[in-house]
Amino acid sequence: MRKDSNFLILVGTIGLFVCVNIFLMASGKLPLSFDGFGIILGAGLTFAVYSFLYKDNPAFKIAENLYVGVSLGYTIVITWFNFLKPDLYDPLIVPMFSKASEKAPQYALIFPSLLGIFMLLRFSRKLSWLSRWTFAFVVGLGAGISIPRVISAFILEQIKPSLRPVFSGGETILSSINTLLIMLGVISVLIYFIFSVEHKGTIGKFSKIGIWFLMISFGASFGYTVMGRLSLLIGRIQFLLRDWLGVLQ
Amino acid sequence: MEKFLRIDRRIIFAIITVAVIVSLILRFELPIPASEPVHGVYEKIESLPKGSHVMISFDYDPSSKEELQPMAVAFLHHCFSRDLKVIGMTHYTGAPGLADQAMNSVASQYQKKYGEDYAFLGYKPGNASLIINMGENMYSAFPKDFYGNDTTTLPVLQGVDSLRNLDFLFDLAAGTSIETWIVYGKEKYKFELGAGCTAVMGPDMYPFLQSKQLIGLLGGLKGAAEYEALVKKKANAVSGMRPQSVVHVIIILFVIFGNVVYFTTRRARHA
Repeated sequence: MRKDSNFLILVGTIGLFVCVNIFLMASGKLPLSFDGFGIILGAGLTFAVYSFLYKDNPAFKIAENLYVGVSLGYTIVITWFNFLKPDLYDPLIVPMFSKASEKAPQYALIFPSLLGIFMLLRFSRKLSWLSRWTFAFVVGLGAGISIPRVISAFILEQIKPSLRPVFSGGETILSSINTLLIMLGVISVLIYFIFSVEHKGTIGKFSKIGIWFLMISFGASFGYTVMGRLSLLIGRIQFLLRDWLGVLQ
Repeated sequence: MEKFLRIDRRIIFAIITVAVIVSLILRFELPIPASEPVHGVYEKIESLPKGSHVMISFDYDPSSKEELQPMAVAFLHHCFSRDLKVIGMTHYTGAPGLADQAMNSVASQYQKKYGEDYAFLGYKPGNASLIINMGENMYSAFPKDFYGNDTTTLPVLQGVDSLRNLDFLFDLAAGTSIETWIVYGKEKYKFELGAGCTAVMGPDMYPFLQSKQLIGLLGGLKGAAEYEALVKKKANAVSGMRPQSVVHVIIILFVIFGNVVYFTTRRARHA
């Protein structure tokens, strides 16, 4: 009985959606063109995805799988036309096999291409050992490039403003209070994360201040997250009201 | 009273949806004062002379479109109105369609010509290695643009052989690209960097403002609305701030109501 009612709700909603679209097209609010059908498809998929808030259902599953399939297909096409074709196929493969090509093949591209192919050999039991060469190259290069730059950008550059003097002359009272708060926040949170000393006495008090700073930071993050998720909902409703129904100008 | 603690969450979803629809339909103005980080980006663009090169990195895909596309459009309006040369690129496979649409639609409003006033280099994988490549040689990183044109023939790229030659780089980020630009780009090639990001990422970016690694930041739909108001091109983000504010008030009321009900029932249980 319950399954039947869910089925009826699904069929009824789809029927209503079809009727609304027929009305919109007949009244000229939606153009009878690819653009019009694109808007209908967008509206339908929006409803299908948000239908999950009511309950998991086949419409949501279709939209979910469609999203995965379309994004993968799109990624393959974009990667071919924006990367593989101009950076590998045109400068290396075309001049190698086409006599009409005026440019000489860029043989230097063979080495990185081989490393890329080796990565895919992980799927072969006999040749998977070759993928280790690629990983060794990636890890070695990555660590060499990243370590000094990350230390410089994320640690040294971040320490500088924390060491700014509270009173050096010229600053406002509020900016001095701000600097003091930052200093207190950095020290108390660092103390909170020292687990080798028992959090009692002075250490315990500073650690509690650190918890307060952390809680305020989590609250700010949560507030921003709520704002972000709402923005997505607002954007979709703007699309439905403006582009689909034509209610908003 | 206890039944309020077991309220069906779908009722809350319905209330939020109705609040969004009603506040979008009913037109009322709310003040949108620009915050200091948003002013940072705005003032930087205002300070650039005509013909300066600005690069926009469209590092987002359709899942973040609602927050970042309004930022991209407002920022492009500002750049084209100041006659700056705009170069677009992306680290995201899902971005080219959105970036191309934003650049072409805004450029056409200012009669800007593709290749001379702006160009879209398209997508390239690699993240950090791509940024380093762009820093060493822009033409080697992007031998062709999104439309397959040879980048050495594009007048808009004249004088921009490396990231060092950029007057400003603005990253629209839905992931970790701001950090990547800072670590592998700004630190070595010393260009001015500003960013726009999703609201979820906003709090994590504030330390970079304090250290001046970012000169300005647009956080979420609010940042986009502030920028739209500054450049006087009020659109989706500004109209989205009405439901945003109304729903925030409703959520605050829900939180207060939930706490009152919780403590009342707890007291009743202990009594």
